Amino acid sequence: MLETLTTFLFGRLSLESFPYHEPIVVATFFAVVLGGIALVAALSYFKLWGYLWTEWFTTVDHKRIGIMYMVLGLIMLLRGFADAIMMRAQQAIAFNGSEGYLNSHHFDQVFTAHGVIMIFFVAMPLVTGLMNYVVPLQIGARDVSFPFLNNFSFWMTVGGAVLIMASLFVGEFARTGWLAYPPLSGLEASPDVGVDYYIWALQVAGVGTTLSGINLICTIVKMRAPGMTMMKMPVFTWTSLCTNVLIVASFPILTAVLVLLSLDRYVGTHFFTNDMGGNPMMYVNLIWIWGHPEVYILILPCFGIFSEVTSTFTGKKLFGYTSMVYATVVITILSYLVWLHHFFTMGSGASVNSFFGITTMIISIPTGAKIFNWLFTMYRGRIRFELPMMWTIAFMLTFVIGGMTGVLLAVPPADFVLHNSLFLIAHFHNVIIGGVLFGLFAGIYYWWPKAFGFRLDPFWGKMSFWFWVIGFYFAFMPLYVLGLMGVTRRLRVFEDPSLQIWFQIAAFGAVLIALGIGSFLIQIAVSVLKRRQLVDVSGDPWDGRTLEWATSSPPPGYNFAFTPVIHDNDAWWDMKKRGYARPLDGFRPIHMPSNTGTGVILAGISTVLGFALVWHIWWLAAVSFVGLLAVAINHTFNYNRDFHIPVDEVVRTESERTRLLSGQV
Amino acid sequence: MSRYRAIALLPVMAALSGCNLVVLNPAGDVASQQGDLVVISTLLMLLIIVPVMALTVLFAWRYRQSNNTARYEPDWDHSTQLELVIWAAPLLIIICLGAITWVTTHKLDPYRPLDRIASDKPVPAGAKPLDVQVVALDWKWLFVYPEYGIASVNEMAAPVDRQIRFSLTASTVMNSFYVPALAGMIYTMPGMETKLHAVINEPGTYKGFSSNYSGAGFSHMRFNFLGLSNQDFDGWVSKVKSAGGSLDRNAYLALEKPSEAVPVQHYGTVDPKLFNAVVNMCVRPGTMCMSDMAAIDRAGGLNAGGKAAAEAILRANTLAGFPDTQQTGLCTVAEAVEAAASNSGAVQRPTVTPISASATPAGPQRLANP
Repeated sequence: MLETLTTFLFGRLSLESFPYHEPIVVATFFAVVLGGIALVAALSYFKLWGYLWTEWFTTVDHKRIGIMYMVLGLIMLLRGFADAIMMRAQQAIAFNGSEGYLNSHHFDQVFTAHGVIMIFFVAMPLVTGLMNYVVPLQIGARDVSFPFLNNFSFWMTVGGAVLIMASLFVGEFARTGWLAYPPLSGLEASPDVGVDYYIWALQVAGVGTTLSGINLICTIVKMRAPGMTMMKMPVFTWTSLCTNVLIVASFPILTAVLVLLSLDRYVGTHFFTNDMGGNPMMYVNLIWIWGHPEVYILILPCFGIFSEVTSTFTGKKLFGYTSMVYATVVITILSYLVWLHHFFTMGSGASVNSFFGITTMIISIPTGAKIFNWLFTMYRGRIRFELPMMWTIAFMLTFVIGGMTGVLLAVPPADFVLHNSLFLIAHFHNVIIGGVLFGLFAGIYYWWPKAFGFRLDPFWGKMSFWFWVIGFYFAFMPLYVLGLMGVTRRLRVFEDPSLQIWFQIAAFGAVLIALGIGSFLIQIAVSVLKRRQLVDVSGDPWDGRTLEWATSSPPPGYNFAFTPVIHDNDAWWDMKKRGYARPLDGFRPIHMPSNTGTGVILAGISTVLGFALVWHIWWLAAVSFVGLLAVAINHTFNYNRDFHIPVDEVVRTESERTRLLSGQV
Repeated sequence: MSRYRAIALLPVMAALSGCNLVVLNPAGDVASQQGDLVVISTLLMLLIIVPVMALTVLFAWRYRQSNNTARYEPDWDHSTQLELVIWAAPLLIIICLGAITWVTTHKLDPYRPLDRIASDKPVPAGAKPLDVQVVALDWKWLFVYPEYGIASVNEMAAPVDRQIRFSLTASTVMNSFYVPALAGMIYTMPGMETKLHAVINEPGTYKGFSSNYSGAGFSHMRFNFLGLSNQDFDGWVSKVKSAGGSLDRNAYLALEKPSEAVPVQHYGTVDPKLFNAVVNMCVRPGTMCMSDMAAIDRAGGLNAGGKAAAEAILRANTLAGFPDTQQTGLCTVAEAVEAAASNSGAVQRPTVTPISASATPAGPQRLANP
């Protein structure tokens, strides 16, 4: 009777679900709890709760949502990196009969969590955050098309992150690898809650990603300033458009395939089981039909960042704007025609393998054209080696190596000897760190002054840059070698002692990267303290070319008091050249969307729903599902959706800017 | 081909001396061709990668802000000739690489029987390949030699210069069969059968392992691949034969249970239909083979002609005497119907789980495991 009651109340959740007998987890837990208590205490002491709630959590301002995405991405980077360094440590010591310090139960969770977190909760939020912040400014809009949806999308992403973090302390995470192939992720091989955490974390966050994709497409298509035709859009906006098209077209596939996997796990269907007509290869195909576009979702905006940065810091128009745009579009389309290259070795026929190998290689042509375009943008330029440009050069030198090994892996017979090896691991870290992450850093350094009105401290930035770049080479070049020695991925212990030195070098590289991350955090702290020295009142610290540099730093809530008219793809450069004068009067009230807490509430309930489903707490799932519908329906009766910024407030903001600008000269 | 290898490895030779790059320097002809392809493709791509990297450094240095002597053309942003070059140069390389890809992918297709056993030796006329059936279990490897009626766990042997024809499957989750010195990998997947053709050219002991993560015991899922002379191979076969032990279905079911770091085991005799039953996921007595299920579906499902077929299979399996005897390799409807016809008055098996009772009142779709 009691048992029935506890099962009803708590589902699968019991005292045993808490890993209190695992010292590492317990220590982490207490660190998190103490940190959490300190944070809550500080926020209460400084009476910041109200401020956070009204100004940030409930905001519909794309700029603040963008910043919150960045904060989320950076926090999760720390978690994902902690996983990385645990793996490096384990693989560096587990030789000569030593089991290392992680048993398979933990090690297998660690590499799964590392992959999932780095892709879904680090790279995605950082990319989305930059797009959110920059795109409306670049196209001269006052916000995105659906500001409430934007807030909701962000909080759903947070909900997914919360679920994945919860798995650290309540239950366990999946031990399947980051794509959770069945039958390993099926009920028979993985009966515990790990895969369920995986499913619901991605489903909750996936809602946010898909909606944010729709939002940004709509924004770019419908809200560009007058005169900005498609071929006058800044390249970053173009790449964002293509990325969001990819998101909208591919994330529903992920959602669908995870739904099918959930049905297998929850109601006993047989989509991906071994028998009863199930076919795990269907899952592998579907997940990669999402998964391959996903890597382009991450890299395309970064290509856009490099384009903006190169042209700004060389003081030149971007070379081959048109071919850059077409290259982006071609990559977008081709990214759907290559998914099978992730499993050449699963027994497809030679013609099928050749087809997908060759389509993959074809992608390198537009990508190569892009590299050349940046190269010839530098040609006959005046290159200022500020931090964004340093990251860009590091990217160009690093990314081509990753691109080359990628094309190599696209040759099926070569893939047969390198698939799933550490060579593959080295390859995709080479493109994801060397491409996406370097791009994100370039973007963060480039747009930070826009978001906060002061630059980042260059000394610590350079420290971070060199630690990261050198650390990257130390951490991943040995993996190329190990791959050629036939070492496969995800191994916890090793037999061959001659491999150890390479793993130790890689671990050293990881330590350097840790110093790089540390320097970056110090840099932010130092810059905040020194913000008066680093201040920029012009709003255009880099002598920028696109519209976001036309307004103040940070921009006012309404971005532009008057919507600018565009005549050139380097709109702001063109305005400066033609002697543009800021309008000083004639301001009118500005129509803006109102803040709402509904996004936070909906995402909170969704997270609870996800948790209830993970643990089979059916009553809670039912209650939260009904709650979700009720809150959503209730929100449709919210008529307090917009307001006008009164003229005198606009006048006050704009004359303050006039005062600052004149003080500067 | 060693020419290419030497050139490519020259710069890294010093750093890598003393470590065994088995992927580039294997002992089997297939892996050797694959390794050469790695080198050739890399060299081909370096034709464009090296100039790009050099130009990046050169331009970054030459057009630095402090260099006032360099030309500065802020509005130069287009050149049709240059655009043609930057699209055409990668295109040309990809055309070459694409052609190589098409040819080698077909030539080195793991499903294709070999036409040579070494670069200068064609497959001898009339030579019979060595058949090896591979089952990836949790977490060890089972190798069955149908020609010799023997089996081995976590140890595989093959004579040098004789083509090996692998048929591979797995018991529960996906693994990938990989002996880097021998040939590229191929996945082993439950309920599916994959193929691989390879040959080992030098005697020796090589490492084999699973190259697709498969759960807790994955790291220890290793075996030794023994390349042996013909004489030594015969010796190995008789050693395995004399080891005794029989791998029948019950022994397989015991072996199949998850275990880690399993020592080498040999079986002198093997149920000849075992591999087929593993692929069709019907080793366990009373389980319907996937091929039967497919045959029933092909016959129109349980509502149409398939129902009769299913009942025939059912009766046949029952009469064949599950679970005590081993002669249960009935995996086609034809066999089942035949068997059913020769045995009238059959009894219905008791362990039938109808899946959709309303649609198919008497429809036994899947037989539950006992």
